[in-house]
Amino acid sequence: MLELKDIRSYYGNIQAIKGVSLTISEGEIITLIGGNGAGKTTTLMSISGIVPPRSGEILFMGEPIHEKSPDEIVSMGICQVPEGRRIFPFLTVMENLDMGAFLRKDKDGIKKDLEYIYDLFPILAERRHQAGGTLSGGEQQMLAISRALMARPRLLLMDEPSLGLAPLVVRRIFEIIEQINRENNTTIFLVEQNANLALKVANRGYVMENGLITMADDAGKLLANEEVKRAYLGL
Amino acid sequence: MMRIFSLEEIKKSFFTCLWFGFLTFPIMVVRVNTIEDVVEWRWNNLIIVVFGSFFLSFLWRYMIERKEAGRKKAESGEAEKKPLVRRIMDNPRIYRPLLAAVAIFVLSFPFLFSSYQTNIMTTALIYVMLGLGLNIVIGLAGLLDLGYVAFYAAGAYTYALLNYHFGLGFWTVLPLGAVVGAIMGILLGFPVLRLRGDYLAIVTLGFGEIIRLVMENWNEFSFGPSGIANIPRPGFFGMDLSLTAATNYIYYIMIGMVLITIFFVNRLQNSRIGRAWIALREDEIACQAMGIDKTKTKLTAFSLGATWAGMAGVIFAAKTTFINPASFTFLESAIILCIVVLGGMGSIVGVILGALVLILLPEYLRAFSDYRMVLFGATLVLMMVFRPQGLVSDVRRVYQFKGATEKGE
Repeated sequence: MLELKDIRSYYGNIQAIKGVSLTISEGEIITLIGGNGAGKTTTLMSISGIVPPRSGEILFMGEPIHEKSPDEIVSMGICQVPEGRRIFPFLTVMENLDMGAFLRKDKDGIKKDLEYIYDLFPILAERRHQAGGTLSGGEQQMLAISRALMARPRLLLMDEPSLGLAPLVVRRIFEIIEQINRENNTTIFLVEQNANLALKVANRGYVMENGLITMADDAGKLLANEEVKRAYLGL
Repeated sequence: MMRIFSLEEIKKSFFTCLWFGFLTFPIMVVRVNTIEDVVEWRWNNLIIVVFGSFFLSFLWRYMIERKEAGRKKAESGEAEKKPLVRRIMDNPRIYRPLLAAVAIFVLSFPFLFSSYQTNIMTTALIYVMLGLGLNIVIGLAGLLDLGYVAFYAAGAYTYALLNYHFGLGFWTVLPLGAVVGAIMGILLGFPVLRLRGDYLAIVTLGFGEIIRLVMENWNEFSFGPSGIANIPRPGFFGMDLSLTAATNYIYYIMIGMVLITIFFVNRLQNSRIGRAWIALREDEIACQAMGIDKTKTKLTAFSLGATWAGMAGVIFAAKTTFINPASFTFLESAIILCIVVLGGMGSIVGVILGALVLILLPEYLRAFSDYRMVLFGATLVLMMVFRPQGLVSDVRRVYQFKGATEKGE
């Protein structure tokens, strides 16, 4: 479904990723784990077109997207849940969700998806007229995920959904991630620091260090891998 | 409240007034008469300054304390009093008759007052329109545009020049003015898309000045500083109108235009593009991740904002029948900006109030015209300290805590 071929991305003169290649097939949950500054977020930003790669190719459903603008990429069915949630604090929950459906024009479809999301997160239905900034951290993360779902993505990119959340909330979020994947057959690309949880829900995983992919394997095998255990699982 | 009369507070005010007395001593007390070579000591002034600043410093601290107390009350969850305007607008039984009364007053204004008053009112309405237009750019999209007057000038010159060269009438040029404004907005928008905040402000400021300077110096095109005179007033089915009738006529046109502006801005605010502007102001990266085209969205804000300025410019030219670059200085931009900020960014009622206050008050307080700028500055400073959200705050910024507190986080 998505294929990255030797992607190199820069911030100004600083090279953040130095040749990343990976593939994601339809219906999978793939996770990308790694330490701070490994280039995980940049990889996502490159896929979304917000930090376009300077060299390399990104193919989505066989079509090159690395030269497309972010809105074209979203319209093709790739949507991102950005790191740190980044919901719109002054817009209400409902308006936030409507922003997710910015490129869609099918009113009935939007309404149906809205109901689906209120089903998924009843708390959001309760707070639909409340400003996004007044929600708690976990609720904001739910809102950020829902907002991305409103674009009805085929591939959902998630950047550290567990960031700064209580363990119980994190578990709930991961359950939801699995549920979304199961119910809608949405492919999910999950970037995480919480390697333990991420590898448990994922089918396959990639390990990233200093802008390079250093390991790629089935999630179960990575969980058992001694090196991964030592470096990321704290075992 | 009693705390304010403690020794500590008196000591603070005492030092304040001492300092003020010292600072103003050279200008307020000493006067050198160079003709008779004597120095006058005006000790009376010193007493006024000292007592005045002593009293004012008390007042100042009392007001700040009251404001803080009010904020604490709101935070501790005590029933927050809704602002007056909100309360009026939420209650249809007050709101409807009030609206009707305002409508009747506005419509009968030219018959109740002299045509001089009508003229002033028309000017105020032009500023209402400009304020509402700039409100799109600043209040919604959050782009600080200090060169807004350039679009106003573009509209005015569009009418003046098209009329001078081709004899086009007011009603033909009015939509053209809007188009020219929109195009200028896009032209300015393109180079400044990458900029934000202070840098954007500086570039737009420069743009405004460039337009004015071009108009001032390109004699062949715009007739330079001498301007263009004898611009015809709007036609009324080919009839010749007396001066009073023409004044009233423009007044009613302006009322119509303001209503149209309010309608459109209101619709825009609650549309998806309006929300996209607010979203873009809050978080650009999140917007891009949602598939909102940054470039297009910003450009629409610029051009839709400039459209109203272009039309206001056409009406301005028709109203004054004479324009020259002196009407489009940076001061105009600053006044329009003040209207938006003073009234309350993003709030339509606020901008209307702001425009009426800022344009009408100086007209009716001609007796204090020497102190106009001082009062203007003082008002702005006081506003920023005591009511930074403007006269009427945007509804959107009023958080609704309903439900949130009951649940308990």
